Amino acid sequence: MTTVVQAPVPEVAAAPQPPIRLVAVSAGLRAPSSTRLLADRLAEAAQSALAGQGRDVDVQVVELRELAVPIAHHLVAGFPPPVLDEALEAVTSADGVIAVTPVFAASYSGLFKSFFDLIEPDALTGKPVLIGATGGTARHSLVLEHALRPLFTYLRAVVAPTAVFAASEDWGGSGDALTDTLPGRIERAGEQFAWLVVHAVRGVRDHAVQG
Amino acid sequence: MQFGIFTVGDVTTDPTTGRTPSEHERIKATVAIAQKAEEVGLDVFATGEHHNPPFVPSSPTTLLGHIAARTENLILSTSTTLITTNDPVKIAEDYAYLQHLADGRVDLMMGRGNTGPVYPWFGKDIRQGIELAVENYALLYKLWREDVVNWAGKHRTPLQSFTSTPRPLDGVPPFVWHGSIRSPEIAEQAAYYGDGFFHNNIFWPMSHTKKMVELYRTKYAQHGHGTPEQAIVGLGGQVFMRKNSQDAVREFRPYFDNAPVYGHGPSLEDFTTQTPLTVGSPQQVIERTLGFRDAVGDYQRQLFLMDHAGLPLKTVLEQLDILGEEVVPVLRKEFARLRPAGVPETAPLHPAFAGVRAEPVKEEVAS
Repeated sequence: MTTVVQAPVPEVAAAPQPPIRLVAVSAGLRAPSSTRLLADRLAEAAQSALAGQGRDVDVQVVELRELAVPIAHHLVAGFPPPVLDEALEAVTSADGVIAVTPVFAASYSGLFKSFFDLIEPDALTGKPVLIGATGGTARHSLVLEHALRPLFTYLRAVVAPTAVFAASEDWGGSGDALTDTLPGRIERAGEQFAWLVVHAVRGVRDHAVQG
Repeated sequence: MQFGIFTVGDVTTDPTTGRTPSEHERIKATVAIAQKAEEVGLDVFATGEHHNPPFVPSSPTTLLGHIAARTENLILSTSTTLITTNDPVKIAEDYAYLQHLADGRVDLMMGRGNTGPVYPWFGKDIRQGIELAVENYALLYKLWREDVVNWAGKHRTPLQSFTSTPRPLDGVPPFVWHGSIRSPEIAEQAAYYGDGFFHNNIFWPMSHTKKMVELYRTKYAQHGHGTPEQAIVGLGGQVFMRKNSQDAVREFRPYFDNAPVYGHGPSLEDFTTQTPLTVGSPQQVIERTLGFRDAVGDYQRQLFLMDHAGLPLKTVLEQLDILGEEVVPVLRKEFARLRPAGVPETAPLHPAFAGVRAEPVKEEVAS
């Protein structure tokens, strides 16, 4: 056997790294909004997990309520008003996307779907996505698995295994024997998502170097 | 008829300057607004109750007690007091105490609150909102009327030999309104007790308000409290005024377009057509408000939301000047002229306060 001497792999941590850019999309309609509260908590969890790996994070929140009328215009006119264009660009260029919707009639809200309808079909390919939803009762929680996860799988995103549902009772609840508490689930989701973000970013860079 | 203002107590960025007041500034502004309400001759100041940002009024009786010390004639009220998540025992105590400090110038409005997480934060379940409103109010009603209460229910610890102190001023509990926008059960509850019903119609078309008030009036009579016309009705409304309506529209539009509650949806023009929001001249506000009477009949209390959408304090105080000087005097005269005999002029006043008020009120009606 001959010994193959490999060139040393450059240490990723040695190079100065730009901050990771996360975008949280919240489809809550009211202020204050529990959907926005959940989006903020998921972003914090991801930020803290990434900070643990020595990474800086920029978080931008996209409130779909403020874009409701531009979204309707885009659907009808076929092109986005500038404010919506900026939001779509932010989402498609982010290192990771957190997407949170209230449950409306057994699914994501129409506004949430309309926004993601406006994203080019391949723009989220390989993008780490963390999904979350809110509702009045935990009976709606499988909306995450039956509606949100297939939507992002269709868009070829990489969806974190833990998706977080916050029912009203979770904001003051303590979980039960079979379910983690809301903070427990948020933390687990944040860690998984952070792992995906770090590895997806590396993957994209590797491709860029080879290309 | 009673005219007044109600505040939600939101901390909202002024979109024309990008400046967001601090909580301290907002709280002090709220006091200044209440004092101004008295100065311009309004009858009622009501505060909301919230337990989450961007709102500040988590402690209504602290605020109202402070305002009581700085005013003489203003009725201090709420819009609303959370009958679902507050302990009814604490409401009984707090508002009876306030009644003593304010010499009877107190009433309050029950409401359920509409922010989901507030329920679990206070150990309650939002799905039981109506049930909580019904059980908690039944206990509150009893605590103010029976010196010694024995009680057991589903949602709080039972009480044996409990006396809520202080007892209501002169043994007369504060008058209670029940506020609801969508729930017929609450209109029914108000009717059952012979209490007032307040429809905060500010984001709803008048056709809906009319239906809710009609239900309350019908039930009020069925429960034997009087004729449907004698039921005690209150309405909300929100306005922005300048001498020339075009100036009002121009000045208010950026606030409307960016406010968390109004903005990024219907145009100002659509919103003002479809809801009671009136942006225009004092005369337009007078006509719009008199129009409410066509929908719901003669009513007893009209509260305006004036400190909305991030308007700076200076502007809100100017608005109150216009409201007090140019709008309310005309409305008082018109509503008094139109109101048939036998229909109550105002919500019931506490006897301690009614005595003080008797003369000025008569003068108003006679003028």
